[in-house]
Amino acid sequence: MELRRSPWILGGDRRASAGFLGTLMLVAIIVPLLNRAVPETSALHLSPYALTLVGKYMCYAMLALAVDLIWGYCGILSLGHAAFFSLGGYAMGMYLMRQIGPRGVYGDPILPDFMVFLNWKQLPWFWYGFNHFLFAMLMMVLVPAALAWVFGWLAFRSRVTGVYFSIITQALSYALMLAFFRNDMGFGGNNGFTDFKDILGFDLKSDATRVGLLVATAIALAGSYIACRAIVNSRAGRVMRAIRDAESRTRFLGYPVESFKLWVFVFSAVIAGIAGALYVPQVGIINPSEFAPINSIEVVIWVAVGGRGTLYGAATGAVLVNYAKTYFTSALPEVWLYALGALFVLVTIFLPRGVVGLLPKRKEH
Amino acid sequence: MRQLRQDNQEVFRTELQVTPLLRKGAQWLPFVLLLALLGVLPLNAQSQDEAFLATIGELRSAEFNAKEMIVERLTQAGHSSTRAVLMAFLEDRLFYRKDDTKVVIVKTTEGNPPELELIDPVSLKAAGSLAADQLTKIGTNNGLRRFIRTTVARFGLGNPDPSVRLDAVGDMMKSLDENTVAMLRERAAVETDGAVKKAIGAGIALYSLDSADAEEKLKSINTLRGSLSSDVRNRLALFLEKSPDGAFVEPDARVRDAAQVVITRIDRWRTFYSGIETLFFGLSLGSVLVLVAIGLAITFGVMGVINMAHGELMMIGAYTTYVVQTQMPNSIGLSILVSIPVAFLVTALAGIIIERTIIRFLYGRPLETLLATFGLSLILQQVVRSIFSALNREVKTPDFMSGTLQFNEALSLTYNRLYIVVFTLVVFAILLAVLKRTRLGLDIRAVAQNRAMARAMGIRSEWVDAMTFGLGSGIAGVAGVALSQLTNVGPNLGQSYIIDSFMVVVFGGVGNLWGALVGGMSMGIVNKLLEPYSGAVLAKILVLVFLILFIQRRPRGLFPQTGRSAENS
Repeated sequence: MELRRSPWILGGDRRASAGFLGTLMLVAIIVPLLNRAVPETSALHLSPYALTLVGKYMCYAMLALAVDLIWGYCGILSLGHAAFFSLGGYAMGMYLMRQIGPRGVYGDPILPDFMVFLNWKQLPWFWYGFNHFLFAMLMMVLVPAALAWVFGWLAFRSRVTGVYFSIITQALSYALMLAFFRNDMGFGGNNGFTDFKDILGFDLKSDATRVGLLVATAIALAGSYIACRAIVNSRAGRVMRAIRDAESRTRFLGYPVESFKLWVFVFSAVIAGIAGALYVPQVGIINPSEFAPINSIEVVIWVAVGGRGTLYGAATGAVLVNYAKTYFTSALPEVWLYALGALFVLVTIFLPRGVVGLLPKRKEH
Repeated sequence: MRQLRQDNQEVFRTELQVTPLLRKGAQWLPFVLLLALLGVLPLNAQSQDEAFLATIGELRSAEFNAKEMIVERLTQAGHSSTRAVLMAFLEDRLFYRKDDTKVVIVKTTEGNPPELELIDPVSLKAAGSLAADQLTKIGTNNGLRRFIRTTVARFGLGNPDPSVRLDAVGDMMKSLDENTVAMLRERAAVETDGAVKKAIGAGIALYSLDSADAEEKLKSINTLRGSLSSDVRNRLALFLEKSPDGAFVEPDARVRDAAQVVITRIDRWRTFYSGIETLFFGLSLGSVLVLVAIGLAITFGVMGVINMAHGELMMIGAYTTYVVQTQMPNSIGLSILVSIPVAFLVTALAGIIIERTIIRFLYGRPLETLLATFGLSLILQQVVRSIFSALNREVKTPDFMSGTLQFNEALSLTYNRLYIVVFTLVVFAILLAVLKRTRLGLDIRAVAQNRAMARAMGIRSEWVDAMTFGLGSGIAGVAGVALSQLTNVGPNLGQSYIIDSFMVVVFGGVGNLWGALVGGMSMGIVNKLLEPYSGAVLAKILVLVFLILFIQRRPRGLFPQTGRSAENS
């Protein structure tokens, strides 16, 4: 099956892909309708809270996709993807902070509140340009990509693989977290950015904007899915799988293993960055704890629970685990960690292919 | 004679203070009497602590002259933390929390940090941190400060422990006046300890530097020649200063030259000793890193298992210490020693259970073990929260571990750091001996090098796996005992060390105990060497970045595994 040429972009897991994209489209249509068209008195009305929650899950699903692309298909286990996610988030946060303008507590037209508080007189150079959305958007993509490129170039070139790679990505994320906690970094220290007012002129507190963000996230998620699927179904995707299964052999066959790994890593970081950028306006805050290594580990776990190497499984896992988390932390906070812990143990031992592995699989050939 | 005068002072002061108190209102009196009575009764440690806390609690609302009396009572009760509390009071570091009005010592208020680090006034252990606006300072005034200073000095000088007397002399040297010098002279007559005697001599000499007579000054400088104290240095530096019109403050050139010589000498030695101190701090930090990492070096290195629950095994070790200590509250020192084997057994057993129930299904899939053991770590944390609550538990430090080893005025090493270094080296040596000299060690190495061949030779590899994991986990438990003396024992104890311990193992080279030792120690030392220039957080970031770059150069650590087994991992 691996060697069969897939004529369609979505080939291979065509049915599942169609199912995934279809569900996503339904969610992107029904959820806004339930919020906007159904009157608030109705039992079917979806609260703005639930709306945001759905948007948040979709951001997580994108992040899971990014991890699955490199882990499930290329065998690179990154424990630092929360860093790319957060960097994208911070880029968006900087734009949103600049949008507050004179409406901050201190009323400074240019400087965000925390800078006034720290007695800064001037905007640091790296904040220039973030008042333009296009520039900020460019940064949401470029900053994670640049970091991934430099880091990946160094790591893959020296053939840092397997567990070693995982642990240095964790170190990267941890170092960034410590750095962003510092007040003099110019990113708001441990409070990060919050109190956003509007995005592109739309009020962030209004339901209409929330719906807009949700639809934008759904489109981004669908786009990332299609892009990832296209990559894994392409010839490059087959080389990736070859690297995953037998790296040395692929190298001896003449493939430039390092550049394959590097570019797929960069692409994955970009998806994570975009997910982070969409996440921030919906939850309304970004702070250094987003960089915490434990967050990256959680992403890996979503992917494992959903089923690695399937893409749709990763996204499903992200939604499932996070829904369970939301439910349990409010309903049974005591039980939550037991349940989550047991879930990881049981899934890894008994469901090595994740939840989607339970689905009946039709042989395609 | 001395005794007599002190008694006299006591009587005098009591009268002085009770009068305004009586005027303030009789409602104070029964309370004060009750406390006085409590002070007389023979009390065990627990209620002594409570009485101490209650007494310092009174400081919150008392008038300044009432505060003097409370201070007096504190010194009479003689609780071991009295001096630290009074010094904090003197330096405006005594606060109480707004929410529960508990009195706390603040580590430092320098630079007005938004979060103040707190110290418990009874145990003198770290007690978390709190925003500055959540605390209220317990105020002093000049008169009260003078009073506290002499009281503390008298309290310290009379203490039977020479190291306390030495500290007291050191504090007195910061503010010498006729009163304190008289006290020093008095003590010098009866002092038996050599070091204290020398310090007192320095103090008296320092005071007589103020005399007008140049010969007297020269004599004093001569006495102070061997000193390393910064107070001496600062005082001597005054001789070299110029007044605004360009003339030296000190007219006699001989005095200036003599002072210059002593200052140069003090500076040189102090730089040298602070270098040694930094090195020692680095070593002790490194020891902690080594201790948390060698257990991992076994499970991760020898078995190729990424055990994310390693930190939680340390946490179990720390809680074991806590439980052992609650079982034997009267012998804290012994309880720590007992905890070491108990913690080893408890965590080793936990490790074996984990290996038998989870990890053995996941051999050859290192990344999956990461996930499963991460799940396990969440469960263990929650178990601890359910049993012991989410609050930190207090593990007491035994007497032999508190205090400092004073080499001289410029160099003092705290005992707990010293013990950590020694303890780490002992644990390391034992572990090395087990791996190199015992049958179990031989089996472990054989299975690590070539599992199939080892099995063919009749080694029960499953049993060896369980034992290896048990050994690594047991070491984690032992590390937990040590950590219980250094940080808060809480459900998050493990998480804060897990990343560091992975770094050490990766830096040193997987599967190599020596790598863990060299890696941990050098990371600790580099960290502490950087800290003065960059601050603690930046130093840590720099170490991490250095590590990331280092891995690029040597992808398999300092001491890479060689041979056939290296290719498989």
